[in-house]
Amino acid sequence: MKSAVIVFPASNCDRDAHDAILHVTGTKPHMVWHGDSEVPDVDLIVLPGGFSYGDYLRCGAMAAHSHIMGDVRRKAEQGVAVLGICNGFQTLTEAHLLPGALMRNAGLKFVCREVELVVDESQSAFTRKYSRGERLRFPVAHGEGNFFASDDVLDRLEGEGRVAFRYGEGDNPNGSARNIAGILNEKRNVLGLMPHPERACDPLLGSVSGRAMFQSLLESLS
Amino acid sequence: MKARVFVTLKSGVLDPQGKAIGHALDNLGFRAVGEVRQGKIIDIELAEPNREKAAAAVKSMCEKLLANTVIEKYEIELK
Repeated sequence: MKSAVIVFPASNCDRDAHDAILHVTGTKPHMVWHGDSEVPDVDLIVLPGGFSYGDYLRCGAMAAHSHIMGDVRRKAEQGVAVLGICNGFQTLTEAHLLPGALMRNAGLKFVCREVELVVDESQSAFTRKYSRGERLRFPVAHGEGNFFASDDVLDRLEGEGRVAFRYGEGDNPNGSARNIAGILNEKRNVLGLMPHPERACDPLLGSVSGRAMFQSLLESLS
Repeated sequence: MKARVFVTLKSGVLDPQGKAIGHALDNLGFRAVGEVRQGKIIDIELAEPNREKAAAAVKSMCEKLLANTVIEKYEIELK
């Protein structure tokens, strides 16, 4: 599996993503600077967590228009797998590669803790090693993770099996509509989620729930 | 030409910051305060003397970057 992690100014989970991919899949990702115009020929592009461009204007708004995103969009449209984690998810919604928006947490506080995550959809390149209803422990760390979309869009996401993950009942950290934590695009090659799979790949960090996502990608994309 | 853009959350979209401001005003004794909504102002200097062209350019800026029209609405003032 060939992969690339995009590095924006103030990304801070880019190396976590690099290490998770390297240690779980045994393949080394390219690190690609936001100012570059082309992503190398890869099977997977990761938009990492962080505070790209200092979260100016809106989280992910500047990153969505950065130089490299033209090629990310082209490759996503060609079917290359794109995984947006946390700030990467915000960037994907701002780039309209995923529907909806991520608003300020309903409780107004930055939330940094582990949450229970329930797998809602196992039929995708990202989630095939999970089973539907499986309960996972993933860390979250965000101030703007409150997923919002119109009822029509939410119904469509649910009807088409595009809600990949939900927060466990009573464990919604940010007020997200219908407890949604992660969604797929129509072609199911783009996944955005607020929790951090790349920080849940080593027992030292408290959870290994994230490993199966990278194993799924390895199996799907090799 | 100068443009002032007001970006606010659409009605119906929960505004927890506005709510917190409302609570704080209430705590300060401003009992007449009802619902509070907050937003942002963006001032733009434009090298475009034609009013219509300026308005069209700022509208395009709002759609492409300044507002996220999934959750926000915008108003443009030209001076």
